[in-house]
Amino acid sequence: MFDAKVIQMLLEGIKDTLYMTIVSTVVGYALGLPLGILLYVSSDKGLKPNAVLYRIGDFVCNIIRSIPFLILLILLIPFTRLVVGQSYGSTATIVPLVICAAPYIARVVESALNEVDGGVIEAARAMGASNLQIVFKVLLVEARISLITGFTITTGLLLGYSAMSGTVGGGGLGDIAVRYGYYRWQTDIMLVTVVLLILIFQVIQNLGTWIARRLDHRKR
Amino acid sequence: MSEIVIKNLTKRYEIRGNEVIALSGINITIEKGDIYGIIGMSGAGKSTLVRSINFLEKPTEGQVLIEGVDLAELSEKQLRKKRSEIGMIFQNFNLLEQKNVLENICFPLEITGSKKREARERAKELLHLVHLEDKERAYPSQLSGGQKQRVAIARALATNPNILLCDEATSALDPQTTAAILSLLREINEKLGITIVIITHQMSVVTEICNKVAVIDNGRLVEEGYVKDIFENPKSDAAKVLISGKEIRFTPLEHLDSSYKVRIVFGENSAYEPIISNVILKFQAPVNILKADTRNVNGRAVGEMILSLPDEEELQQSIITYLREKGLAVTEVTEHV
Ligand SMILES: Nc1ncnc2c1ncn2[C@@H]1O[C@H](COP(=O)(O)OP(=O)(O)O)[C@@H](O)[C@H]1O
Ligand SMILES: [Mg+2]
Repeated sequence: MFDAKVIQMLLEGIKDTLYMTIVSTVVGYALGLPLGILLYVSSDKGLKPNAVLYRIGDFVCNIIRSIPFLILLILLIPFTRLVVGQSYGSTATIVPLVICAAPYIARVVESALNEVDGGVIEAARAMGASNLQIVFKVLLVEARISLITGFTITTGLLLGYSAMSGTVGGGGLGDIAVRYGYYRWQTDIMLVTVVLLILIFQVIQNLGTWIARRLDHRKR
Repeated sequence: MSEIVIKNLTKRYEIRGNEVIALSGINITIEKGDIYGIIGMSGAGKSTLVRSINFLEKPTEGQVLIEGVDLAELSEKQLRKKRSEIGMIFQNFNLLEQKNVLENICFPLEITGSKKREARERAKELLHLVHLEDKERAYPSQLSGGQKQRVAIARALATNPNILLCDEATSALDPQTTAAILSLLREINEKLGITIVIITHQMSVVTEICNKVAVIDNGRLVEEGYVKDIFENPKSDAAKVLISGKEIRFTPLEHLDSSYKVRIVFGENSAYEPIISNVILKFQAPVNILKADTRNVNGRAVGEMILSLPDEEELQQSIITYLREKGLAVTEVTEHV
């Protein structure tokens, strides 16, 4: 039904979409995980409450999360240009995706850590564990299922956002959908990209759920 | 040197400008090898007190000395080391849900930086001690409450502590399991010479296993001493209420409550003499038995009865004198049975 050129383009689109989604999730986690730990540790029920630190982290997270992604994308154009040298294409899209994901992930991490039973932390402290040991040997281990679930949800979210960035020349399947479906009225190509996005989303979600279930020893 | 000395301990909390006094002026000395009970009703301050012993809670005033060392004088790092030398178990077990039994027991050794192989070997020894050899690879969610507490005990003993703190360790368990856990604790005390501090709201736990007891009421130490003495002759209201079985909240005997009541306690030697019949025969007066029970106090069978005596005051006094002459501990009961 499609010629080789279109198929080639769709394959490129899949590759770009996966590239944007995966890299921005990983980098987002690299920033969001420590930020989330910081929020948890400094909160008033945390291991080392620090109101000033918490309020700064809390404020930054809320500000960024309250800006709709499309607007964030446009707002960040000068910054993106500074970082990657251009403001369009998949690599450029990763910048706003990461900025959007990091505070989101920080919240996911904070709430995952908050779910860890206080009694277990108390037990670790009674054993002489330091705060650092409690974070890395207790909290992150006990909260890992929520962390993986959060990771999955974030990846799905970023997949959607990466597609959304297609409207401003972001590359990937979203870009193809906008160029062909919106500007050229080639509905068939657009439909295929939509189906591909749905499939990728399903794979991510099911994989995440499967891993989480495998690693959970709480009940069977 | 005493194992644990608590000197003049006061703990105040500030909640939104309001001051809560959780503990005030507590003095307790616990000797090496003691199984020391701390009993009190809910909210009395028991958990705060036991958490002060390993400085999870820092006292507002007063001192805690472990083997002569004042915990307040230790650096953060030294304090963590000290804590690793004091085991602790809890009502809700507090096991790591995502680690299996062996990993849980190894955990304190991982914290203190032991070698992995040595930790595993030690963990296996401990599994043997708590009779759970076959559960090495199980996860906490696959264990019963009693088994979880056994794992928690093994974990608490991993670092070879001299002291084991137990905060309501049997309160989430049924009576049979409670008895099994208590006998395990006694075994540990005897075999390893570990000093055990037991926090509980159940008198039966104290009489079953402790040699000494402190009664905490409303943040204050109201009575302290040998379990046997306090059980036979409780002086504080709190101790009386805890002993007279308030654990059984419902009582159908309220219509009998108007009369004058005494509680008598007798040991094995006096159990053979038909004392109650003798009282009735001697004084020609009716005596009503409201409650009778035998308990195990430090391994001895001890009987306890609550009697309702006739209304005449003179007669009451003669009966009490007679009972005391027969070697029984007699106390007046003021609260409902
Ligand atoms: N972290 C805390 N902040 C404020 N009040 C507390 C705190 N911990 C305990 N308390 C108060 O101290 C009192 C004693 O509590 P606790 O030691 O837990 O009693 P128990 O273990 O005997 O039931 C209670 O009134 C409780 O509300
Ligand atoms: Mg308590």
